[in-house]
Amino acid sequence: MGLLEKFLQIDRRWIFLAIAIAVVVPFFLPMGLPVVVTKPVRDLYNAVDAIPPNSEPLFISVDYAPSTIPELDPMTLAVLRHAFSKDIRVVALTLDPAGYGLAERALESVAREYGKERNKDYVYLGFQPGIAAVVLGMGTDIKGVFPEDAYGTPLSEIPMMDGIRNYDQIPLLITMASSGVIEAWVIYAHQPYGARIGAGVTAVMATDYYPFLDTGQLVGLLGGMRGAAEYEELIKHPDAGVRGMDSQSVIHVLIIVLIVLGNIAYFGSKKRSQEAKEPAA
Amino acid sequence: MRRQFPLFLCFIAGVFMAVQYFIPHPSVQVWYERILDWLQTLLAFAFLIGTVSLVRLHYHKIRHKASDRGYSFVLFAGLALMLAFGFTNRSPGSRFDHMFQYVQVPIEGTMFSLLAFYIASAAFRAFRARTVEATLLLAAASVVMLGRVPIGDLIHRSIPWAANWILNVPNMASKRGIMIGVGLGMMATALKIMLGIERAWMGGTD
Amino acid sequence: MRGDRGFPVRTRFAAGPVVALMAVSALFLCPHAVPAQAQDEAAPTQAPPLAAPTSVTLRDAPDDRGGAVDVSWTLSADDTDGRVTSYTVYRSTSPDTGFVMAGTVAKGIGRFGDGGLPDRTPLYYKVAATDGATESLSPVAGPVMASPQWFYRGRLIVMIASLLFIFAVVGFVRAAKAGKDLFIRRLAGLDHMDDAVGRATEMGKPILFITGLSTISDVATIAGINILGEVAKKTAEYNTRLIVPCADPIVMAVEQEVVKQAYAKVGRPDGYSEDDVFYLTRSQFAYVAGVNGIMVRQRPATILYMGMFYAESLVMAETGSAIGAIQIAGTDAVTQLPFFITTCDYTLIGEELYAASAYLSREPVLLGGLKGQDAAKAAIGLFVVLGAITATLTALGVMPVDFIARIFANS
Repeated sequence: MGLLEKFLQIDRRWIFLAIAIAVVVPFFLPMGLPVVVTKPVRDLYNAVDAIPPNSEPLFISVDYAPSTIPELDPMTLAVLRHAFSKDIRVVALTLDPAGYGLAERALESVAREYGKERNKDYVYLGFQPGIAAVVLGMGTDIKGVFPEDAYGTPLSEIPMMDGIRNYDQIPLLITMASSGVIEAWVIYAHQPYGARIGAGVTAVMATDYYPFLDTGQLVGLLGGMRGAAEYEELIKHPDAGVRGMDSQSVIHVLIIVLIVLGNIAYFGSKKRSQEAKEPAA
Repeated sequence: MRRQFPLFLCFIAGVFMAVQYFIPHPSVQVWYERILDWLQTLLAFAFLIGTVSLVRLHYHKIRHKASDRGYSFVLFAGLALMLAFGFTNRSPGSRFDHMFQYVQVPIEGTMFSLLAFYIASAAFRAFRARTVEATLLLAAASVVMLGRVPIGDLIHRSIPWAANWILNVPNMASKRGIMIGVGLGMMATALKIMLGIERAWMGGTD
Repeated sequence: MRGDRGFPVRTRFAAGPVVALMAVSALFLCPHAVPAQAQDEAAPTQAPPLAAPTSVTLRDAPDDRGGAVDVSWTLSADDTDGRVTSYTVYRSTSPDTGFVMAGTVAKGIGRFGDGGLPDRTPLYYKVAATDGATESLSPVAGPVMASPQWFYRGRLIVMIASLLFIFAVVGFVRAAKAGKDLFIRRLAGLDHMDDAVGRATEMGKPILFITGLSTISDVATIAGINILGEVAKKTAEYNTRLIVPCADPIVMAVEQEVVKQAYAKVGRPDGYSEDDVFYLTRSQFAYVAGVNGIMVRQRPATILYMGMFYAESLVMAETGSAIGAIQIAGTDAVTQLPFFITTCDYTLIGEELYAASAYLSREPVLLGGLKGQDAAKAAIGLFVVLGAITATLTALGVMPVDFIARIFANS
């Protein structure tokens, strides 16, 4: 077997090793690559920025599972930091049972950073099952769907939730999702009730939602770790998103190199076998 | 009767849910809200059905001494532990919270991270420029991959522009086409279910 | 935005001793404005009073369940020069007294939606422009009454389009029932289903069938279950083991029934094992771990992915590829299609998955439904082309009005 054929049959574990090195090394040798902000991220940032301080709250729905923490946690933290730094009140909820702990953790860690108090500056509603039922229910009566917060306090006893009946009193709702929950927010909140929806998704899903941006059904979109890095750039608080950009850059280049090498080896080996079949002159 | 009654219920519920979309009057909406409440209750009970099935399956594996019954013991241990911790205390800093933060979260993150390795090996093995279309696809993929990371901006500022154009124009056009088709497919399937033409959801094909 | 806010109105007056008496008279006569003369005499540098908003228009909020009124007005003349900071809307059930604050909007906005109101009760409104210190009120407008409507006029186009679609589907179903021959193009993935099942039978290995991670309300899951029924009939005939791990308890219950019925239909009810159609977990990557474990331990010869998938698709498909299984996938999740195409032998794209039940069973009724969909898609395609043409001509000034856009404007 020639060298090219051997290269084509390489044990996939060597490729895994190359990827592991490409991910880990930039964390120890940061390159500090600049992050350019794109329009969908800027639009979402502007929409959050336009919310007046200490008035109607920003709603954040943490609809992702632990598997997508590396992409979606940084953007959730960045949006929370933006809101709390401008004294924008926040109400968090989740439609994914696995998102319960993630939402709580994100909310409490950023609230501590900015000295925010629960039920005064932010409320955590917790989880309710039944995605479409919850989103639709919030359009008529939020307290009907979430009668209490996640800790058992009736919403009617939380002053911050006074007058917050349905989507009419929500200036913006951002869903951080790793599944098709975003369609539920658009179909059941935006379309019938005119709710303003923004979204943060994994990079793979981001391309699915460009049509929604174009039609105005989403006010803005954060896509993957790049989206998180751009938002961190806007709020001038670099964190995991910006840090991850170096590794992501190296991996993308490595994958392109692997594709090119794979094609060179494939066509080289194909040419060789064709030459071997041709009769000698 | 056993098959007719669910079909009848499905038809009535389907027609009502379709019609209520066009009628804002509270006398109709109040029934709609009641149905949503029922839906939430049913979905909560669905978790119970799943757990019972899982426990049954692994109990049989242990009882019949299946070769992989070790995993069944691990499952029961995890289930019992999380139930016990969860019923006791679920607040931040509790054992339940620690099990979630330090066991489930890292495990799920690890599984998701396998994607990075698998995409590299799939790309190496399967991305071949065998045809003109495949070559175009590879070129577009390379531009988008570079354009979505800061290194693309460093190489040349036209790369992110080209990546955004590919994502916003041909990609969005094709996605819209597929979404229209999928949307119509959903409507047609929902219609067929309501009219009793499609009966797979009842557990039978006749 | 509609809603009550309950913020108190604040006003402040600053005046020296000379002006105090005139200011008190002004207060007695007009509580919310300082007369221009008093202003000039007391403090020559004081700005003139704010211009009030005008032309306050009220209407019952359309297409709603009642309890809401839309208030609109012409902006204050001082809005553009930055003196106005916001507008405050007041509401009362009487034109003379009892006004309470209904809400506030920022400057530059000339509309407000008031909600939570009693139906069929006459209401009166006035709007004040404010600079934070003073207010300038519009005349009182009204009465207006909130009431519920019986039809969402904004959704008329949706209703017409839905009815046309239903007629198309029903029409083609009737044509199919009457015996008309309806053509469907080949779907390679479905054509090779028999070969895939045969391969597993010859190798004496099981078939793994995965219907994705979504719920029973997802059409892709229902489409996957339809295919499961057909595959289960074949595995029952050939006595091949069929393993179906489920990510949703309700889907599991349906799939158990479907597989059981399929085995009963071919006369092999004893071949069905409930332990082979089981619930795994709802959690995405825990499900993947479980499925990968089944693949590595049971080493199925054939793996079928039919349903809704998310990021886990590549992890499963690559593992399936590594164990040498033949893989056929079908999903309407466009983001996962590239992963399936690179790792699977055959892939059904988008609605090809929905067509599967009609394709495999060849039932005329199901084929008719498929053709109805095609007719609707052709109609949409026609409107897309027409709309692109009219939008272009309107932008170029050749057409005065884009009538296609206007038809869909308020839907």
